[in-house]
Amino acid sequence: MATASADQKNLTNEQLEDVRGPSDFQLAMYELKGRPPAIIALFIVFTVITLAFIPGVFAPHDPLIQNLDTHLLPPGSEVKGSYFALGTDHLGRDVLSRIIWGSRISLIVGVTAVLFSGLIGISIGIMAGFFGGWIDTVCSRALDTLISIPFILLAISIVAILGPSLEVIVSVIALRTWIVYARVVRGEVLALKENEFVVGARAVGCKTFRILFLYLLPNVVSSCIVIATLYLGRMIIIEASLSFLGLGVPPPTPTWGGILADGRGYIDTSWWITFFPGLVLMLTVLSVNLLGDYVRDVLDPRMKRNVD
Amino acid sequence: MKTYIIRRSLQSIVVFCAILVIIFSMLWLTGNPAEVLLPVDADQEAIDALSKEMGFDQPLYIQFGYYLFGNPHQGTGGLIRGDFGISSNHEIDALELVLSHFPNTITLAVCAVLIAVILSIPLGVLSATFRNTWIDYSSSVCAMFGQSMPNFWFGLLLILFFAVWWKVLPTSGYEDWTYLILPSATAGIYATARITRMVRSQMLDVLEMDYVRTARSKGLVEYVVIIFHALKNASIPIVTLIGLELGILLGGTVVTETIFSFPGVGYLVVDAIATQDFPVVQAAVALLSLSFVFVNLFVDILYAWLDPRISYS
Repeated sequence: MATASADQKNLTNEQLEDVRGPSDFQLAMYELKGRPPAIIALFIVFTVITLAFIPGVFAPHDPLIQNLDTHLLPPGSEVKGSYFALGTDHLGRDVLSRIIWGSRISLIVGVTAVLFSGLIGISIGIMAGFFGGWIDTVCSRALDTLISIPFILLAISIVAILGPSLEVIVSVIALRTWIVYARVVRGEVLALKENEFVVGARAVGCKTFRILFLYLLPNVVSSCIVIATLYLGRMIIIEASLSFLGLGVPPPTPTWGGILADGRGYIDTSWWITFFPGLVLMLTVLSVNLLGDYVRDVLDPRMKRNVD
Repeated sequence: MKTYIIRRSLQSIVVFCAILVIIFSMLWLTGNPAEVLLPVDADQEAIDALSKEMGFDQPLYIQFGYYLFGNPHQGTGGLIRGDFGISSNHEIDALELVLSHFPNTITLAVCAVLIAVILSIPLGVLSATFRNTWIDYSSSVCAMFGQSMPNFWFGLLLILFFAVWWKVLPTSGYEDWTYLILPSATAGIYATARITRMVRSQMLDVLEMDYVRTARSKGLVEYVVIIFHALKNASIPIVTLIGLELGILLGGTVVTETIFSFPGVGYLVVDAIATQDFPVVQAAVALLSLSFVFVNLFVDILYAWLDPRISYS
């Protein structure tokens, strides 16, 4: 990309824009036009976020009220003036409303786990890459160890011991994902720290802290955004798997995995209880993944190998 | 090469020791074992007495020593002799119980990988060969769906179609090979998607190489070029990924086994967790982690052996 050099100082803003070329955001928007799947994905993700923020507005029924008169109704049933578009479960709760309310837990867990693990992974990765030596050795061995324990097994053991709560579930999921950030960031920092701008910063007397935060951190942010979007979908699936195994946020709070688990026992008579939450879960994860691919292509095409 | 194998093996041993530390600390997160053993209304004196008798009052590092090499207070053998304790549910040795379920998990993981390989290699090769045609697009879309599909939902859908509606396949237990079809398809879907994408991108790289052009200009038939010149050279990272997926599947069939009540280690663990049977959980985590570490070690060495260009210093 062309940058404004010293003798172009007198240019007007408009001319400067021509020289600089389009910004990242403009590039992203331009790229979006050529990718209809990404547009649809963006739309679906936006819808799920809206539902998660104000579920009460969209849910036609209370997700918790049980009513045995209306239990196991097929989709499209109408009883005493109440309409159940996606049917009801074994306790007479409206499946559509439960799915809408369930989007909350999925999003909260997914987003906080991604941010939390990013915070840990980036700090550790930067330190390991920058300082090297024993810090690097200890971190790398810790990564090797954590990655060698089958994750779902570790997760269910910890949740079983500490008890299922939102905090525990987020921490357990973050426990695995920070590794991905740490590995990528460590590698990038190893290469970055040899660059002239870091050596220069050191030569003019910058403190280590300043170098870490102002010189190295901004340069790893784009890969981290890519990891975050690519891993968000996996986090959502892991949360749903834990709920499905009965180790998620405890009932009666509706979660997508939990609704599926409820429906499992009625699959031979009432397929809708398992079908719809799973469909919504898959569409959400699919959209997030499509967006992840798209963000990667825009921000950092080199990452293709590292993160897959 | 020899030094690499030795170094890599030592690394694996260190990792496995660290895993044992984690498993040991899992035990301590549950609280003082004496409190768990005694009735709920036991007073502090009784708890202290039992702690002393069983050695729970010792410092943690000594207790870890007990855990590894046997506890003289309790007369247990320690992990070094494969003694994880007695399963409180089944009243037999925990490791023995886990080991008896292990072959089923291996069978399931291997079948899942086989399904993945049989589907993904032709799919990946086809979509690279017919790049940007409908074949490529549809296989990429399938791979994308496969990567986004929660496998427990996929499993339930398979049950719905093949068992509930069409009544052609059994859904739970493990008696003969028909019981393996649905679980392996469920466990293998993610691996299938990943390997397909990998084969495609590797093949795309290789198909641009000079030796492929040479092979074509010699007048070789296209399928010979694709299979013997391109695929063969693209195979190293693919073989590695297949190995890694096998390792992941060995420890990751918990959800699949639960859906299909398949009598493997994962099913056993979920059951043990529900009934607070921690010796079984620990034995299972240790065994599955060990097999994962071992498979990874094997894959790394295989990679070094297949690709001598890479030096490991």
